[in-house]
Amino acid sequence: MYDLVTAAVEAALAAGARYADARVMETRSEWMTARNGAVDSLERRDRAGIGVRALIGSSWGFFAIPELSPAAARRAGTRAAEVARASSLVSGPGLQLAAQPSAQGSWSSTCLEDPWSVPLAERGGLLEGVTRTMLDHGADLAEASHRIWDTRKWLATSEGHRVDQHIVECGAAMNATAVGERETQRRSYPGIRGQYGTRGWELVRELDLPGNAPRIAEEARALLSAPACPALEATDLILGSEQMALQIHESVGHAVELDRILGWEAAFAGTSWLDLRQMGSLRFGSDLMTITADATLPGALGSFGYDDEGTPAHPVDIVRNGTWVGVLSGRDSAALAGIPSGGAVRADGFDRIPMVRMTNVGLLPGPHSLEEMIAATDDGVMMDTNRSWSIDDKRLNFQFGCEIGWEIRGGKRGRMLRNPTYTGISPRFWGSMDMLGNRSEWTFWGTPNCGKGEPGQVGHTGHPAVPARFRGVRVGVRG
Amino acid sequence: MTDVQRDLAIFAPVTDRSGAIRRATDALDIADQVLHLVRAKAADAEAEVTVRHGEEALTRFASGFIHQNGAEVTRRVLLRVALDGRSAGSSMDGFDAEGLARLVDDVLEVARHRPEDPDWPGLAEAAPAAGVEHWDDATASAPPDERARRVREFVDAADGLETAGSCLTAGTRVAFANSAGQRLVGRTTVAGLSGVARTATSAGSSRDASVRLEALDGGALGRRAAAKARESADATDLEPSRYEVVLEPQCVANMLEFLFAHGFNGRAVEEGRSFVRLGEAHFDRAITLLDDATDTGQVGVAFDAEGTPKRRLEVVRAGVTSAILHTRRTARKAGTESTGHATEGSGQWGAVPSNVVVAAGDRPTSALVAQMERGLLVTDFWYTRILDPRTQVVTGLTRNGVWLVEHGRVVRPVRNLRFTQSFVEALAPGAVRGVGSERTLILDGLEAASLVPALHLASWNFTGGARG
Repeated sequence: MYDLVTAAVEAALAAGARYADARVMETRSEWMTARNGAVDSLERRDRAGIGVRALIGSSWGFFAIPELSPAAARRAGTRAAEVARASSLVSGPGLQLAAQPSAQGSWSSTCLEDPWSVPLAERGGLLEGVTRTMLDHGADLAEASHRIWDTRKWLATSEGHRVDQHIVECGAAMNATAVGERETQRRSYPGIRGQYGTRGWELVRELDLPGNAPRIAEEARALLSAPACPALEATDLILGSEQMALQIHESVGHAVELDRILGWEAAFAGTSWLDLRQMGSLRFGSDLMTITADATLPGALGSFGYDDEGTPAHPVDIVRNGTWVGVLSGRDSAALAGIPSGGAVRADGFDRIPMVRMTNVGLLPGPHSLEEMIAATDDGVMMDTNRSWSIDDKRLNFQFGCEIGWEIRGGKRGRMLRNPTYTGISPRFWGSMDMLGNRSEWTFWGTPNCGKGEPGQVGHTGHPAVPARFRGVRVGVRG
Repeated sequence: MTDVQRDLAIFAPVTDRSGAIRRATDALDIADQVLHLVRAKAADAEAEVTVRHGEEALTRFASGFIHQNGAEVTRRVLLRVALDGRSAGSSMDGFDAEGLARLVDDVLEVARHRPEDPDWPGLAEAAPAAGVEHWDDATASAPPDERARRVREFVDAADGLETAGSCLTAGTRVAFANSAGQRLVGRTTVAGLSGVARTATSAGSSRDASVRLEALDGGALGRRAAAKARESADATDLEPSRYEVVLEPQCVANMLEFLFAHGFNGRAVEEGRSFVRLGEAHFDRAITLLDDATDTGQVGVAFDAEGTPKRRLEVVRAGVTSAILHTRRTARKAGTESTGHATEGSGQWGAVPSNVVVAAGDRPTSALVAQMERGLLVTDFWYTRILDPRTQVVTGLTRNGVWLVEHGRVVRPVRNLRFTQSFVEALAPGAVRGVGSERTLILDGLEAASLVPALHLASWNFTGGARG
């Protein structure tokens, strides 16, 4: 494959590019779903092709083709340069890519049990079995799924990078829905999106779907008759780690994407409330809040050896003890900000332009246990498992809903609450965090469906998270 | 042959491993040859094949310059087989012979090893599709300079305001064949230009789409976005409460996504998650809603992913629900016929509309505003998420321009607001005070769109300011 990517780069340079890179990506994926005791969908997809970026002046061009031949590679390189030349009709300020020593290497994720080696009947049987269990325990609708992605990619750049990687990702999800007279209630496990990682089938076995199926079905049924989460202007709120992963993803991860901060996503995904001039001094949250973007975490969904520009994976400090100190970046955005590349540029296929994506953006653990948080709360609400998520285009104002809540009274977990929601303004909310879960509760949550960009790209991101307590939060917003 | 012609050409040599290798002549020929390969391996298999190819391009701009500009050749084959009711599907990019043979082997292997699918609905029978075609040669082969020219016009028309947006063109040819004898071809082009202009305190947006790139006026769209940005500058807070609203077309298209996905979707109805009951007046008499691939203002091809011909389907007539959307699978469970609403993801999601049309009203958007006593004019919705599918309670925010209207006149811009609102209640009998006469085509991907007007609604529940 290195011959192909090299030919593509050379063709782009011959067509006038001053920099070019090319990626061959081969991806095989599988998505199996079961519903109410039967596998109802099994889809596989094989994708292979080459994508080329060319830089002429300060203008980028990209071209992709689903064909792996020397002729196609050269044609893709030539046409990428043609597109870049058209971009220069509406050109921007001068652009130098952030310096990055050329890397040569190979990297593979660790996969203890090859998911493709697990018989289809076993995989299907697992999903069918847990959906039957959920039906038996009160669900009106029971769904389960697993997904596998197996990606190989080869990168060459005109600066001498030569990198190849093999990444296996997999995971599973299940949920139970109870249908009432006026509304539906749903419980998911391990989270609304399931749980995924750069791991093999061993991850799915560790999830223990069968052991959790009865509980979530019973909880979904019980929620139909539970009291609604009260509408309170200010209360103590404890969030479980799955909801914390969503909180981090939406209100921190996207906000610190440098392309958003620079306005490159202004028309679509939006911008950010953060101003680069305040990096290093702005208070993002309380002293307990330390967040890193670390693509080196073993098994986490946002891990890799090199990003799609060939920058080696490395941890980047984002928020340190409550102060905003870093961003997610690539070579072009980092150059404009005057910082080194954060190595956070990825594309979801050969046919998409690499762009700034979250790696593993998450909290470092704190000193408290969940039990300590509950015991220390006299009057409050606890919520977990994301159900809805909405945040403004500057990533400042959010309103999130969870599947389940509980009253906290006198330091004890009380009644179950349905339709719990909370809302807030990001720095105020994070500033109110006064208790943070410890390392024993640290979970590397994987989000396999992060949408961004035009044409849309689906990113796989990781979010180390622990439970946390926030003070004075508005809860129970209803229509 | 130019590079563009070469990339659009069909060149798949297909072999059935018996030595017969020949060059495919078009997309339907590739589909036929894949069916032939399936029959050679499993004579009794039911099989359906979709072949798509073309070229897609998107030029993005931000801060007044083009910062991302990409194009791609698309070649895709989707194969679904059923062996004694055991079904499986797979797809691949590219048309190479080895890959196609692997695809057939793989899908058959998976089908043999998966459990029986009790709801396998069988294949679509041979039936012609409507003779409509949403296609423009110039758009299908538009060079990047043509997209850049429209971006230039948009940026220049914003007259110094910061701009961002995108211009896309795509041409897609689709062929479908199944072992029950259904054989269809179609093609579609689409062009879209959308963007925002921004001041230090505000933003305004505009968008347009068409089958023809030539129909898109970058200058007009840039001026509209800039005017909205300037008119919404220095907005002030408004107390969250219930207000009457005029929602511009992007908001209306957004509402319809939820109503279709969780309401008119046959799967949601069958599972009891939908509010929809056939024959019930869920909506105001002013609402008439269709899915119509034959509308000349629409995009896409005239058949769905299962080879079922699309037709003009009246979903809501004068407020009364008159149809539920079905794939072959959901139709079988409901004891009815497919309405032609299967997509590639229907296995997971159920029936999906591709050509939503809201019947136009009798007055322009400006007249809807003029009849508002005290309310808000809203340009766009943003980040809408459903809290409960049954009640259709959705939360989201306003974006790109909101204005307070009193006694029919715009009095001031207001800052963005968060809402938490049941979309069904918002359109309930008596709740719709007017439907606009001007409609905008809002794209949903490259082969689906909604043709929608503005709506004047009696009440909308704003639950917070975007600043807290």
